[in-house]
Amino acid sequence: MTERVRVKSLCPPGHVRAPWYLRGKVGEIERVLGRFGNPEQLAYGLQADSRPLYRVRFTMAELWGEAAETPTDTVDAEVYGHWLERL
Amino acid sequence: MAHDHHEHGLSPSGHPYRSDNDGPLTYWQRMEIAVRELLIEKGQLTPAEITAQIDAMDARSPANGATVVARAWTDPAFKSRLLENAAEASREMGFDIGPLHLIAVENTQDVHNLIVCTLCSCYPRNLLGLPPDWYKTRAYRSRAVIEPRKLLREFGVDLPASVTVRVHDSTADMRYIVLPARPEGTKHMSEADLAALVTRDSMIGTGLPRRP
Repeated sequence: MTERVRVKSLCPPGHVRAPWYLRGKVGEIERVLGRFGNPEQLAYGLQADSRPLYRVRFTMAELWGEAAETPTDTVDAEVYGHWLERL
Repeated sequence: MAHDHHEHGLSPSGHPYRSDNDGPLTYWQRMEIAVRELLIEKGQLTPAEITAQIDAMDARSPANGATVVARAWTDPAFKSRLLENAAEASREMGFDIGPLHLIAVENTQDVHNLIVCTLCSCYPRNLLGLPPDWYKTRAYRSRAVIEPRKLLREFGVDLPASVTVRVHDSTADMRYIVLPARPEGTKHMSEADLAALVTRDSMIGTGLPRRP
């Protein structure tokens, strides 16, 4: 049972680890990685909340549309739960 | 005129000499010196321990990863443990990889994997040593996710359309290593001889193992 998610289209200031090219894009959860300290706090030496981390698989078609080199190739990336909305 | 060039610092082979590092220290250089000297003054570390740690970090090389790959090629039970949890499997082989979270991705007849860190330079240093300079360039980091096949062709890897390319962007806490496919004609080779076929690039995904 695959779970589809969309990366939130946010642009908060400061250190984040959700790459621009994935924001707003829809992918499938490839695996659940567990909970990790939120890098948005760790980067500033703050006490970090633990956040769930997922590996999300995106197709090249989803990322690049008509310009995709090979539409069915994929990019897997790690995205924290607070950057994802379930579809 | 040719003589003038020599005086302007060209080596006999015609390349400029590298200038001495006489400029002022940067903020982070000052910070490194300050923290290091404080740690030594307060008795937390000795200079010898710092040097030993630098030696240990410099000693890490792709040969470490190659022994892991060769073990996976020859021991199916180890291979499944590696694909299940690559960090645990590497520790089992005696590699001190600290708290690293490692994922091994397997190349097959149908799938070719490629590793990148689009945000910076995340790399499985504990198993492969320092990343090559190109790994950290904007060109590699952007092209790996936009046009991986064209990029791979420039590395000499021309994949048929029947192979799916899976790019892995190390955006957070995981590090990745490619488990390349075992080359044909290696059936009777020892684990040590197999390890010699495993190149750094074959574990990043920009190359294939050597042929025997």
